[in-house]
Amino acid sequence: MKILQGTCRAALFAVALFGATGIASAQTQGTIKIGVLHSLSGTMAISETTLKDTILMMVDDINKKGGLLGKKVEAVVVDPASNWPLFAEKARDLIAKEKVAAVFGCWTSVSRKSVLPVFEELNGLLFYPVQYEGEESSRNVFYTGAAPNQQAIPAVEYLMGEEGGGAKRWVLEGTDYVYPRTTNKILEAFLKSKGVAADDIKINYTPFGYSDWQTEVAAIKQFAAAGKKTAVVSTINGDANVPFYKELSNAGIKASEIPVVAFSVGEEELAGIDTKNLVGHLAAWNYFESVKNPTNDGFIKQWHDFIKNPKRVTNDPMEAHYIGFKMWAQAVRQAGTTDVDAVRQAMYGQKVPAPSGFTAIMNTNHHLSKPVMIGEIRPDGQFDVVWQTKQAIKADAWSPYLPEDKGKIADWTYPWVCGNCVAAKYTD
Amino acid sequence: MPVVEFRGAEEWVPAFAGTTVKSIVHLFRLGLLALFLFAAPLSAWADGLSEAIAGLGGDSFAAKEKAVIALAKSGEPRAALILQALAGDRLRKAPDGRVVIIDTGRGSAKLTDAATGQPVADLAPEGLDRIIVNNRLRGAIEAALGTLTLFSPDREARLGAAQDALRHHSADTVALLEKSLAAEQDSEIRAAMQRSLAASQLFAGSKEERLAAIRTLGSATDPQVKNLLDEFRYTANIDPDLYKAAGDALAAIDSRLRWIGIGANLFQGISLGSVLLLAAIGLAITFGVMGVINMAHGEMIMTGAYVAFVVQQLFRAFLPPDLLDAYLLVAVPVAFLFAGLLGVLLERCLIRFLYGRPLETLLATWGVSLILQQAVRSMFGSPNKEVANPSWMTGGFDVVGGFMVTWNRLYIIVFCFVVLGALALILNRTRFGLHMRAVTQNRDMAAAMGIPTARVDALTFGLGSGIAGMAGVALSQIGNVSPNLGTLYIVDSFMVVVFGGVGNLMGTLVGALSLGIVNKLLEPYAGAILGKIAVLVAIILFIQRRPRGLFALKGRAADAEA
Repeated sequence: MKILQGTCRAALFAVALFGATGIASAQTQGTIKIGVLHSLSGTMAISETTLKDTILMMVDDINKKGGLLGKKVEAVVVDPASNWPLFAEKARDLIAKEKVAAVFGCWTSVSRKSVLPVFEELNGLLFYPVQYEGEESSRNVFYTGAAPNQQAIPAVEYLMGEEGGGAKRWVLEGTDYVYPRTTNKILEAFLKSKGVAADDIKINYTPFGYSDWQTEVAAIKQFAAAGKKTAVVSTINGDANVPFYKELSNAGIKASEIPVVAFSVGEEELAGIDTKNLVGHLAAWNYFESVKNPTNDGFIKQWHDFIKNPKRVTNDPMEAHYIGFKMWAQAVRQAGTTDVDAVRQAMYGQKVPAPSGFTAIMNTNHHLSKPVMIGEIRPDGQFDVVWQTKQAIKADAWSPYLPEDKGKIADWTYPWVCGNCVAAKYTD
Repeated sequence: MPVVEFRGAEEWVPAFAGTTVKSIVHLFRLGLLALFLFAAPLSAWADGLSEAIAGLGGDSFAAKEKAVIALAKSGEPRAALILQALAGDRLRKAPDGRVVIIDTGRGSAKLTDAATGQPVADLAPEGLDRIIVNNRLRGAIEAALGTLTLFSPDREARLGAAQDALRHHSADTVALLEKSLAAEQDSEIRAAMQRSLAASQLFAGSKEERLAAIRTLGSATDPQVKNLLDEFRYTANIDPDLYKAAGDALAAIDSRLRWIGIGANLFQGISLGSVLLLAAIGLAITFGVMGVINMAHGEMIMTGAYVAFVVQQLFRAFLPPDLLDAYLLVAVPVAFLFAGLLGVLLERCLIRFLYGRPLETLLATWGVSLILQQAVRSMFGSPNKEVANPSWMTGGFDVVGGFMVTWNRLYIIVFCFVVLGALALILNRTRFGLHMRAVTQNRDMAAAMGIPTARVDALTFGLGSGIAGMAGVALSQIGNVSPNLGTLYIVDSFMVVVFGGVGNLMGTLVGALSLGIVNKLLEPYAGAILGKIAVLVAIILFIQRRPRGLFALKGRAADAEA
């Protein structure tokens, strides 16, 4: 028995010693830690795993080039498992325990809303890479995806115009949660401001993971049979897209008759669909893999080399993470520290040549200026850009089309220093 | 002096730029044009064609659209060929401005000059730019091809063109349609042409012609015709007789469309029911017959879908493309065997130790489901996998008046009933089925009669899992193939089995179909979300009244449980 106790104690001692040296070595090397908060299991793993890999690629790249402020960057990867409350827990761990300098993460708006109080309480820094519904500007979040005026509104304007077919009747088809509901509210207000009658707008919601689209697709066909040119605006998210597009193509809805423009379907999502019958349906993003320019060629090559699979595609949220990471690294260099307040100040006006071929600029409302592109699906699952803005568009955190947003300002520099107010914080 | 002229010609006809010989020929032709006036129409026409083809390589979509319209007007037989190539993404622009058609069949790509139809040897496919089209252009191409194909030898093409003419109705098409109607023999195409002709005459003809047109249109069952008549009825200063005739025709169409709508809803309900049934049959055996609360049932379905994916990839890699359509036929038995084996393994290694302990079974099988999900995620990655519909399952057909039946749904309904029928035969007509029923009804007595109950258990579980695997192959044709596939169906499967009555195949059938139909009948009125909630509430109330489901099992075991 004594011997047994002895071994046990020795083992404990060894573990303690090992642990201590482990911590010591980490301290002497001096790394800068960043957090990666993307679901690696559960329903959102489909989209978010790729974003985790994108950040690891960027970290790998910066370390190969000598690191940041003379230190190596170390990515702390956690798995919130598509579970919204778990996002908040993991975020708290990352900031309070791991002391990360910044966190790159979240996909759905629910997960962002869940971590927001944590980041504000602990003064962390979150880079959020996905197009979203706007109506938010937190001093602890940088939004590198598109706001509605960088995606939804231009897409609808395009379809209304001559180039896009002059649509007069609209079906707004969405998954039932905060992003589609808010986006559709903005779009409805916008369409009405353009003189579209209420009878010519049909809004329909379906649950997450919805798979039986027969009735909805038949209803779209019937709505479109009224003679006026009809377009469908899809804010369908996640798994429900594949059965939707399959039903659409089998029901023989051709893009030249009823175009469907999607805001959550990119190259990655199309990789799971046979696109031969979907040619011509549209998507609106700030980046497409098919864009030709040296920055994008480099980005695609870097991705293929890192993931060791030349068939993997790049997409818009990946580009947003690319921009976000580069901007953060530039801001850290400029500030000379990873201190959150200093980095935040250094972020404003930060410029990064983006794979889209334009220069992305961080504005004082914590949103980017990015170009808007409309792409049509090709038979090989890529997109042809059929329209794009001449220059980068500045994101609006608050929509000018919603009456309740009237006069709201997001500006984190003097004298405003707020994300949601109608009067400046400081007055002389 | 000739040099200057030469350059001028090159600029003027960009399609020929770069090929010296052709430019000289062209110059020569210009000379001829000046000399022989009678040649003028022919030459100008050819120039128009080559100019239009060069326009296809233009930068703006507007320029391309002009070129498409010019091509359509040319009436040149090559025009249809070029337009089809443009629509099919097979038109390329060379750096020197030439427009070529590319054909990538098996082996190397073949290039043809669009303007001359001659093979091109001096260009590499890699150096060519794709000529991009957008939806508006696609529409223009369709309209152009439509008028070009009204006389096409291909029956389907003619039918499509005749139907399209209804949408593009105008006074201009009357003459064209009358001409094609005179030449047409096929009765279905004739009917479509007559309808399109009537649509054109409705707005342009005399009163008698219009009345006749209304009569023709009134016999149609088509939402498009309905809208057309609606539009006509509200045109200004309409003759009262015409107004009344149009109103009568509309009422007739309306009542027919209403019945068709109900029919369409019923079909969609049966289709949803068949999907539910397919997902639930396997569970009806593992849970219904054996009483195992099998949370890994969804993952058996998922495994089957991944088998379909793997078989498809093997076909793509090793077999000629003509055989690709047959991959599904191979995938079904492979999925049955694979998932079945997995089921037997699961039963032997885990579940047999847990009989009679439902809570532990629930937790253990749930654990297995997580392990299987993560295993698939590690092997195949988390993004969706593309499983293509074979060509015989793609698209659909219009039954009547906008009621579309898609092939994949129809085949799934058929497949579902074949599986159910086969299962019923196994249960009621084979020795194994007899053993299975015996073990279900009274295990001890069955063992006493010499039935190897352990083996029957393993095989029964394997059968249920195998059927789930086959369901996975079918479901891969309508939805996602991802590691989460199973979680989408597990709740619905349990719902169907419990609602139908545990341990009763007939109950599962009736339960699935009635759930599907009720859901689809509610959906147009209540919307997808409210409809689903209403169905769930109804099921809860039903289970309160009849805890054993629609068809309660009668037997010794059932009595013992109660």
